[in-house]
Amino acid sequence: MLSRRLPLLLGAVPMVFLAVFFAWPVAAILRRGLLDDAGGWDPVGALRVLGRADVLHLAAFTLGQAAASTVLTLAVGMPVAWLLARVDLPGRTLLRVLVTVPFVLPTVVVGVAFRVLLVDGGPLGWLHLDGTVWAILLAHAFFNTAVVARTVGGLWSHLDPRAEQAARSLGASPLRAFTSVTLPALAPAVASAASVVFLFCATSFGVVLVLGGSRYRTLETEVYTRTVDYLDLRTAAALSLLQLVVVLAALAVGARARRRRETALSLRPTASTARRPRGRTWFGVVGALVVVVGLLGVPPLVLVLRSFSVVGWSLDAYRGLGVSRNGATGLDALSTSLRTATDATVISVVMGLLAAVALARAHGRLGSLADGALMLPLGVSAVTVGFGFLITLGSLPGDLRTSPLLVPIAQALVATPLVVRTLLPALRSVDERLRQAAAVLGASPLRVWREVDLPLVARAVAAATGFAYVVSLGEFGATTFLARPDRPTLPVLVGTLISRPGAENTATALAAATVLVVATAAVVAVVESVRVGELGEF
Amino acid sequence: MRTPILATAALLALSLSACSLGGGGGQQASSGPGRVTLLTHDSFALSDGVLADFTRQTGIAVDLRTGGDAGALTNQLVLTKDAPVADVAYGVDNSFASRALEAGVFAPYTSPAASGGADQHAVPGSDALTAVDVSDVCVNIDTRYFAARGLPEPVTLDDLAKPEYAGLTEVENPATSSPGLAFLLATVAEYGPDGWQDYWTKLRGNGVAVADGWTQAYTVDFSGSSGGGPRPIVVSYASSPPAESVDGAAPPTKALLDTCFRQVEYAGVLTGAKNPTGAKALVDFLLSAEVQADVPGQMYVYPVQTGTPLPADWASYAPVPTAPLSVDPQQIADNRDAWTQTWRTIVQG
Repeated sequence: MLSRRLPLLLGAVPMVFLAVFFAWPVAAILRRGLLDDAGGWDPVGALRVLGRADVLHLAAFTLGQAAASTVLTLAVGMPVAWLLARVDLPGRTLLRVLVTVPFVLPTVVVGVAFRVLLVDGGPLGWLHLDGTVWAILLAHAFFNTAVVARTVGGLWSHLDPRAEQAARSLGASPLRAFTSVTLPALAPAVASAASVVFLFCATSFGVVLVLGGSRYRTLETEVYTRTVDYLDLRTAAALSLLQLVVVLAALAVGARARRRRETALSLRPTASTARRPRGRTWFGVVGALVVVVGLLGVPPLVLVLRSFSVVGWSLDAYRGLGVSRNGATGLDALSTSLRTATDATVISVVMGLLAAVALARAHGRLGSLADGALMLPLGVSAVTVGFGFLITLGSLPGDLRTSPLLVPIAQALVATPLVVRTLLPALRSVDERLRQAAAVLGASPLRVWREVDLPLVARAVAAATGFAYVVSLGEFGATTFLARPDRPTLPVLVGTLISRPGAENTATALAAATVLVVATAAVVAVVESVRVGELGEF
Repeated sequence: MRTPILATAALLALSLSACSLGGGGGQQASSGPGRVTLLTHDSFALSDGVLADFTRQTGIAVDLRTGGDAGALTNQLVLTKDAPVADVAYGVDNSFASRALEAGVFAPYTSPAASGGADQHAVPGSDALTAVDVSDVCVNIDTRYFAARGLPEPVTLDDLAKPEYAGLTEVENPATSSPGLAFLLATVAEYGPDGWQDYWTKLRGNGVAVADGWTQAYTVDFSGSSGGGPRPIVVSYASSPPAESVDGAAPPTKALLDTCFRQVEYAGVLTGAKNPTGAKALVDFLLSAEVQADVPGQMYVYPVQTGTPLPADWASYAPVPTAPLSVDPQQIADNRDAWTQTWRTIVQG
């Protein structure tokens, strides 16, 4: 009886959170767009915008670049996931750090790093990629490899290697063993990661503008410019709705693919699945490492190097971080960032865990609907949510618009879906028979969860927590609308400094970005070293 | 049976209490008689202690809020007109002034201090906005590039379309960048509403490159900045060169004073301000000698009050353009969309 209602009870909390801080603000701003000049209800008039000749082109380019970016990100991310899960290399933590760093870097700085490399006369200028779609795809892969590596790697490290070994001993080639045994088991996590990456790329704003030299437009860039530059809420609403439809359709496809494949797997504690590379495995290891270091390591390295070379080599940029602006130094910004990200992480892990547990138990249509609803915040423009906040949250008691809680809440909106996507594949793959066995032996539902589910998904919880923290730390879109000038977060400070002239300001901005990288590395290293209640054999 | 609910409640309580970790984020802002809230753009900066001096002089504490860039700030004001989050807004510029004024965001107020120079930059026909600073968007050049090649430096907008400067110019997209829009408006002012299209057609033929915004154009593509990019001509500000000076030497860049478009940033008391008295006092304070002398070094803009001293290197390397181009704010508001669309078709189509 209780186990029937449990998903509903648990799921209600994140649903209420989403309703108040996402659905209501977004619905309110869309509603404004669907009114005519006299304030009458006129959705048809607004949707007429969609008949414009360029809208079809916008939608097609949005989908096309997101799909291509997702494919490229998977191509880069899968080998990385394999490295993290299956190969016991010394310094694996360093690799995890390297993969996660891109996530916190503000787009504007990554744009500088990429373009310094790609610009005419730059080290990679001969490729002529500057301002092309390829530059956009590469940057998307740079930002989102972490999603694939984390989501897929999280499940892969728990996967029992013996099935694959059995296939090998029956004469299957390594490739055959992988495609017929391992890949089907990983499919839910791959589909999960792909849908998140697709969402990120479909709604990416900075990357498309900065790396495409503002030549390319997507639904997202158009929603942003119509909203911010023209306050043309009608067009923005129509395009946002189209974006929602597109995103929902893509999600539905992803969800179907996931649903068909999620099965109980034989999960193992992580320690026993990673092996030292031997023989030919080294080729794969080296190849994967070259990709990781090349794509993920070089752009941050450019930033770090430039932060030390203001005019000749010096530490001036780092001294510049000590200078107070609006009463806040770089160190103050770091502490604001860490505190805000802590709050956002607590919110998003609590919400995400409740939601994931509920979804893992939920069945049927309601479960899929709830699953889709949880992903929506990734499919809606930050500017839409931000302006929605302004026109709705004022009517809540205590005017949240001016509350210091607003920034962590906005960050948690982005982080929660990622927490869910990281936890769900692991939770769903827990064998129901283990739970039944525990229940038969007299354990309460909570105890079952604590003794069976939690240890098995501990890695995924740790990964999700670190991930949520890093995402919150790097969140830039909503924060720029909401952070206070005298209490900037580190990404906001980077954005402010990099939009000032002079070598010192540029270098100090890059120094602040470097501090952000180091802080992220520390966070990831800490999360990696926490081993929550590892099990022995079971 | 009740355990999950209790657990959930406990977790929620925990999550809310976590928000006070390390103080969370300062006191709740509520504008009382002793507090005034200033909503400003994301480039706002004043030296430490300046706002504290205001509090010392008036007994009014200042809470700062941000609303993104000038455009986002204006929209925030329009959207929250009936329940404003602040008492004063600073950072709406002449490209967005009409939108804010039409929406009735600002209450009429003329600062007594405005007669010291600010009034010369007032929005025509409105008594609700007070000019606080001006900045000029001008073409900047890398003087070393031209000296090294024995090329005469370009001087006018016309020069940029000449064959000897082919492939050297970088501009920002007016749809996504404030200096980009200002430069487009400069060409509208120079060549007229029917002539600027031809000019841009020539620029495109001459290989003009476009970046999404100032940061990429100036720090990556421009050869005169620390980035050392490939292009020696870029759209930036009249105040940019002093920042490129190393150890007091003359900077390797200079602004072309015949290519400038004037941007004016305004402050105003918000309609429905909880503390209108404090708001007016803060607007007055923005025109005080202390703030006016502080804005060049902190925000790279020129003060509006006459007689305000400029930083020493500005006098030599960032003189105020004497005849900047300008377009009427109402005309900007009416045509901006059409102009940027046309620009896109000509330059990026």
